[in-house]
Amino acid sequence: MDIKVTVRESKGDCSIVDLSGEIDVYTSPKLKDAIGNLIDRGVYNLVINLEKVRYIDSTGLGVLIGGLKRVREHGGSVNLVCTNPQIKKIFDITGLVMIFGIFDNEDAATKALV
Amino acid sequence: MNQPASREAVTDVVELRIPAKAEWVSIARLAVSAVASRLQFSIEEIEDVKLAVAEALVSSIARGGSRIDIICESLADGLRIRVRNFGVPEQPEVIDVASVDESAASSLGVFLIRALMDTVDYDARAEGGSDLVMFKRLPA
Repeated sequence: MDIKVTVRESKGDCSIVDLSGEIDVYTSPKLKDAIGNLIDRGVYNLVINLEKVRYIDSTGLGVLIGGLKRVREHGGSVNLVCTNPQIKKIFDITGLVMIFGIFDNEDAATKALV
Repeated sequence: MNQPASREAVTDVVELRIPAKAEWVSIARLAVSAVASRLQFSIEEIEDVKLAVAEALVSSIARGGSRIDIICESLADGLRIRVRNFGVPEQPEVIDVASVDESAASSLGVFLIRALMDTVDYDARAEGGSDLVMFKRLPA
């Protein structure tokens, strides 16, 4: 069980973070490093694509929340792409749908940022 | 969540012991998923049980101790799972789910367990550590 993290540049100063696999207590440090590196480089608008994520737990949510908090300090934001009902359910239950922009596709998520 | 815990007799028991380390959580998730699947829970319910147990394990790892025991008990009306840690006992009364921060992850974990399972109880053990006992009811 692992997570694959791929970063792509997009329109404007936005970067896309493609994730696949499982985000849990063991793999989330890898995601935290990837998001942290982007923010350290001055990228404050992020689209994080969760379409290929099969599982996320509270540590993964914590990493996303931490990233959002950091980019907001610089006037940026984080939008998520998520179509997996089980993952969406977790964002619903925790109320994080009120904090993150959650979109069905990458185009919509990117347009809402730039 | 407000339904009473099951009083049904235990029919079968599956026990798993893992080191209290992050790299073993996925193994426990798989094992518990298999047990829930064996008991005819739906795919969505299996995912609920899987996440709830994983959150209990994450909490247990944070409390220290060298190992975690996961005891799955098959009951006529559902699945009871006891996650036993040997570290600092759980203190559910200090949970604050209102704060939204990376540090809130553990609070989110407890919140998720309560949302996904039908009953959740904590038992501090005199010899140290604590048990988080959760129950998922089978559909009628």
